[in-house]
Amino acid sequence: MAAQRPLRVLLAKLGMDTHTVGITVVAHALREAGMEVIFTGLKQTPEAVASAAIQEDVDVVGISTLSAGHTRSLPRLARLLREQGAQDKLLVAGGVIPEEDVPLLEEAGYARIFTMGTDTREIVAYLVQWHRSQRDREPAA
Amino acid sequence: MTDLAAEVLAGRPAAGARLIRWLEDGDARGRALLPRIHAAAGRAHVVGVTGPPGAGKSTLVDLLVAEERSRGRRVGVLAVDPTSPFTGGAILGDRLRMSRHALDAGVFIRSMGSRGAHGGLSRSTYDACLVLDAMGHEVIFVETVGVGQEEMDVVGLAHTTVILAVPGLGDEVQALKAGLLEAGEVIVINKADRDGFEQTRRHLELLLHLREGARPEGHWRTPLLVATASRGEGAAAIVDALDAHRAHLEAGGGFAAAATRRDERQFLSLARAALTDALLRGRGGALLAQVRDRSLDPYTAATRLAALLGGADPGVT
Repeated sequence: MAAQRPLRVLLAKLGMDTHTVGITVVAHALREAGMEVIFTGLKQTPEAVASAAIQEDVDVVGISTLSAGHTRSLPRLARLLREQGAQDKLLVAGGVIPEEDVPLLEEAGYARIFTMGTDTREIVAYLVQWHRSQRDREPAA
Repeated sequence: MTDLAAEVLAGRPAAGARLIRWLEDGDARGRALLPRIHAAAGRAHVVGVTGPPGAGKSTLVDLLVAEERSRGRRVGVLAVDPTSPFTGGAILGDRLRMSRHALDAGVFIRSMGSRGAHGGLSRSTYDACLVLDAMGHEVIFVETVGVGQEEMDVVGLAHTTVILAVPGLGDEVQALKAGLLEAGEVIVINKADRDGFEQTRRHLELLLHLREGARPEGHWRTPLLVATASRGEGAAAIVDALDAHRAHLEAGGGFAAAATRRDERQFLSLARAALTDALLRGRGGALLAQVRDRSLDPYTAATRLAALLGGADPGVT
């Protein structure tokens, strides 16, 4: 039974932009793939996202960012999660992120950055693969 | 290994969150901790919030949380959204309307997919409620999926159920079908600024009046309240009514009795599942095989399965 549990994914937007098309498309793609997608509001702070990720005990935190500032807010979120003992969550991000920022974000703890134009199937496949690898590592309950 | 139950009892959000996940996923580690959690629970006022889709349940809960916080209470929220029966996936968006409480350490919000249950809650909502209770939340709001006339599991879970109605959704006819209105201890017409409000209010007043008239002296009198949650109006009167209902229950012994009823239901449900599983794993397994190949009807099979408990011959041919 535990082996079939759905992957829980928190999707959030950091920053002041109000573009929701991308995150909405991703949310629906993940739902179609059998995941539980928790949607938080727009214009979230790293503090609010960290708190929601802990209360929801999600497996994955996915951040959509379409405005500048991600080189500060994304690492800050990763640090807050670590400080609160939630370093077991997979961090991914997507949106308008220049290639040159990717190493910095990976360094900060983001496992994967999906840059503009990523096919949702690629995101789904990545998460499914990660979920499978986690399951194999977990002791049977 | 850390003592997760002790951390839950100390009110640590990460611990409560992990335990709820185990309970949702049917992880045996969660079940093992429930006796200690259960022993510590029983103090919280469990308030169900239900109504048709689009009635504004999340927005109202957001408002009620703010009002409870202004009265100094720690608040838990369990918000259930439907799971797709086709993919098993879900979009849980109730949190979206409650984001102003995100940084308040006195508020814990958890989104749950219904995961195949059909009563407006999920199978583990009761257990999650125990966890929030044991963590020290004084009020727990349980927001159901948008319901019709029969998905009323929340009534069995909550001490107090708030039924949300809105003008212009055809409530006049729907209310006559009675499911929703019969259940609530507090009725709220939300979106009071909408067309059709007066008509809806008059109709609900009449129905309530008829219902109250049929009830004995000393019975709780269901108030009909009005809110415009999107504008932040109506919360104080609703929380006053919730407090009054709690006081009413406590005066009549109903507060503790509600927990006893929940426990009884949970015991029977768990016992049914456990006994059936045990029997089917043992000698009863042959009966299931016979039902599957149509050599036995389900009625006879169930009777024979139950007879196994008395040591009877399973009658497998």
